[in-house]
Amino acid sequence: MRPESALLAALAIPVLGSLGIAACRRHPDLRETVTMASAVALFLSVLSLVGPVLDGARPEVSLFQVLPGIGFAFRVEPLGMLFSLVASGLWIVNSLYSIGYMRGNREQHQTRFYVCFALALACTMGVAFSANLLTLFIAYEGLTLITYPLVTHHGDDEARRGGRTYLALLLGTSILLLLPAIATTWTAAGTLDFTDGGILGGRLSDAATGALLALYMFGIGKAALMPVHRWLPAAMVAPTPVSALLHAVAVVKAGVFAVVKVMVYVFGVEQIADLKSVDWLPFVSGFTLIAASIVALRSDNLKRRLAYSTVSQLSYVIFAAALLTPLSVIGAALHIAAHALGKITLFFAAGAIYTAAHKTQVSQLDGIGRRMPWTMGAFVVGAVSMIGLPPTAGFASKWFILSGAMAAGQWVSVAVIAASTLLNAGYFLPIVYRAFFRAAAGEGHGEAPASMVVALTLTAAATIGMFFYADVPLGLARAVVGG
Amino acid sequence: MIGAHLPALQVVVPLLAAPLMVLVRRGGFAWLLATAVSWVSLAIAITLALRVYESGTISYPIGNWPPPWGIEYRVDAVNAYVLVLIGLVASIVAPYARLSVAAEVPRDQHYLLYTMYSLCLAGLLGMAITGDAFNLFVFLEIASLSTYVLIALGRNRRALLAAYQYLVLGTIGATFYVVGVGLLYLTTGTLNLADMVVRLREVQEIRPVLAALAFVTVGMGLKLALFPLHFWLPNAYAFAPSAIAALLAATATKVAIYVLLRFYFTIFGPSLVFERLPMAEILIALSVAAVVIASLVAVFQRDLKRMFAYSSVAQIGYITLGMGLVNEPGLTGAVAHLFNHGLTKGALFLLLGGVALRLGGTNIDRVAGLARRMPLTSFGIVLAGLSLIGTPGSAGFISKWYLVVGAVERGNWWLAILIVASSLIAVAYVWRFVEMAYLRAPQAGAAERIEAPAAMLLPAWIMVAGCIYFGLDTSFSAGGARAAAEALLGGLR
Repeated sequence: MRPESALLAALAIPVLGSLGIAACRRHPDLRETVTMASAVALFLSVLSLVGPVLDGARPEVSLFQVLPGIGFAFRVEPLGMLFSLVASGLWIVNSLYSIGYMRGNREQHQTRFYVCFALALACTMGVAFSANLLTLFIAYEGLTLITYPLVTHHGDDEARRGGRTYLALLLGTSILLLLPAIATTWTAAGTLDFTDGGILGGRLSDAATGALLALYMFGIGKAALMPVHRWLPAAMVAPTPVSALLHAVAVVKAGVFAVVKVMVYVFGVEQIADLKSVDWLPFVSGFTLIAASIVALRSDNLKRRLAYSTVSQLSYVIFAAALLTPLSVIGAALHIAAHALGKITLFFAAGAIYTAAHKTQVSQLDGIGRRMPWTMGAFVVGAVSMIGLPPTAGFASKWFILSGAMAAGQWVSVAVIAASTLLNAGYFLPIVYRAFFRAAAGEGHGEAPASMVVALTLTAAATIGMFFYADVPLGLARAVVGG
Repeated sequence: MIGAHLPALQVVVPLLAAPLMVLVRRGGFAWLLATAVSWVSLAIAITLALRVYESGTISYPIGNWPPPWGIEYRVDAVNAYVLVLIGLVASIVAPYARLSVAAEVPRDQHYLLYTMYSLCLAGLLGMAITGDAFNLFVFLEIASLSTYVLIALGRNRRALLAAYQYLVLGTIGATFYVVGVGLLYLTTGTLNLADMVVRLREVQEIRPVLAALAFVTVGMGLKLALFPLHFWLPNAYAFAPSAIAALLAATATKVAIYVLLRFYFTIFGPSLVFERLPMAEILIALSVAAVVIASLVAVFQRDLKRMFAYSSVAQIGYITLGMGLVNEPGLTGAVAHLFNHGLTKGALFLLLGGVALRLGGTNIDRVAGLARRMPLTSFGIVLAGLSLIGTPGSAGFISKWYLVVGAVERGNWWLAILIVASSLIAVAYVWRFVEMAYLRAPQAGAAERIEAPAAMLLPAWIMVAGCIYFGLDTSFSAGGARAAAEALLGGLR
């Protein structure tokens, strides 16, 4: 397949899949087959792009002229390649898991769930492959809107409240801050295309550049920089597969991906490296990094703890990009993939625990590791990756971020990373301790449905696998900084 | 050669259809004719627009009396755009009207409704196409009088009061306009708009001209529902028959805005209006008030039609805001929003017509669980609602983008922030519907599917599809608006 066709296919497959899912609404087995087939087809077409992109090709297509000089256009570059690869690959596993979860918990409106899920993936691909800020913005807003029905899936008061927070913060930040930021960029640069080395190059004063960066950083609410992070814990009212793929991978990564993309291709890392007016970003993201970990430490609800852990880990990516060194940008790109694998495993485990034992609080997990060894084994792998220890994916990305900080001689940053590592250990290890070393109480239960266990084992294996076979992600990450 | 007479036919076809309907006195025939007339008008409008984009302004002397002595019809990039909008909306509303009108209006009045529909169409098209200030007044009266009748045909008795309210305010507006034109005639001795432009440049005594400007502004401000002259609008839209509400929301105020644009930019000229007088500041202040206050009022409405009517007042505020920016992106945004908002609001009122048909009303409490009962209608309202908010990928976004860029270019940061912030209020009122329709169970014993009939759903969804299509491919909507903005700003250079 020509790379351009593969790119179009990657955008079209989830959309066509959603139509197929809707058409098969009366036959659940067929409907789930369509989901799985779309996921596999999507992954294959994304995978077929990896080779050409690593060889330096940048396939692109332009569909409409939305505004004069700004097309609805897509272009595959290494960072988007990495993001789309992770998201589409995990969609397969997540679909497997969803089937077990949705049936195991007898959820309502399953067709709507799968349709929205497929469309969310379409928007994710749109974000990943966008060739300019406007296309990114369209797909980004689409992702917010299409995930709203998933967040409010249960339709009760809690879901409605969660949905309101979700929408208010995500739409609020993007309309109020991101849109003016893009309009300002357009007025200043006369283009919105993502370009190596940035497009703003000295067209704005230092102070204006700093202010514009702030508009972007807080305007991209999906990156969950404090204080606009509240939507993420609110989104936890969704069924767990949504939290797993969308609120640990697709949606939040769309946020940090957009952040890195703006830093690298709009501002240009070298262009702003010496600016005093952008120095605040490591502090804000560093603060989020630490503060979110502390909130996670104090949360008894497992999904809430995971959500705050995500807020913290997202700030790792922003923090790494904000260090503005090539090594740390590689670390940021790698962390998008590494955190995705680890965190989806953790959410899968949380959903499996809920399905098998109907437990949602950390304090209820005594001895659960002995009843659900596969699930909790995978949980341990995910936790180790979050802390950043070998042999897991989290180690690789943290290594680069730390090297970047050291190379730049930013010892405060090194201290922030060290402190957060301790905090991560602080809120994950007690869960592991409870699960394996405390006696179980109450009636017995076994593992969750097989498809869920298979799914979480696969992602745990991938978390370890990325440590040993890091060639492709590392190659793509290096290509982001042109190395 | 019929092609040469298209500018005249644009108005004459709907104008002649009206008496024919009265002669035949059959509702079904009148509907067929009204639909045919609307489609012919659209075809003529598109042909004229293509011709204008290709070879420039068309001038057509009525009865071969050369301007400035005779009445001239004059089509340029600005009104060609407006003509297409009117034709398009009328062509979609007319087929929709049959079932909706059958349900809402007594049978013996059907032919009268379509007669008024054709007259209103002729009036609106005439206002847009004519190049003569007094002829414009005549068409304004034709459009207004037929609109009063159309509103009064609503089945709720309060429609009479709404029509009466609009009659009083509309008449004041028309009177103000004609006084303004009188003053202009006094100083220039001409009624031909193009001629007036030339002669105004030579006028020494400026005071009557300023008075004329004030009269035209207030007169048209009433017709276009410029805040705070909008009081007639919410009732008129809420109580008119559903199809008529859609037609009015999408076209009537838009034509009045066109007239104001024409007078400000072409006739008085930006240097007089915006440099000698603080009209930009006044327009911006009133627009901001419209956008913020009317949006907030919309949030608290119990009836969906009234809610979207107040939203119209706010959206008109965006258009006048773009006028007040007096630069190319701002004006492009204003003109594009004529079209984009026309489509969006048209779609919403058509869909609400289906809701009114099935539920007997559009009160917010009635639509609980609507998504299960009328899934296509509900989803259409959501999509059009997103365009109203200005979500990227929808038509509403395009106009907002130009407005924001226009504000940034002018250095008005707070204005750019205000434009985007007010979109969030739109999120609030659109989401009231979403939560009601999607996140609540239908009232007890009301679970069966009652989707609107296809003959109403299809036209509505054509407009909804337009809301999305014109958010992605903007070569006509924004391209035409840009050409119009350039034509209007031609006076600045």
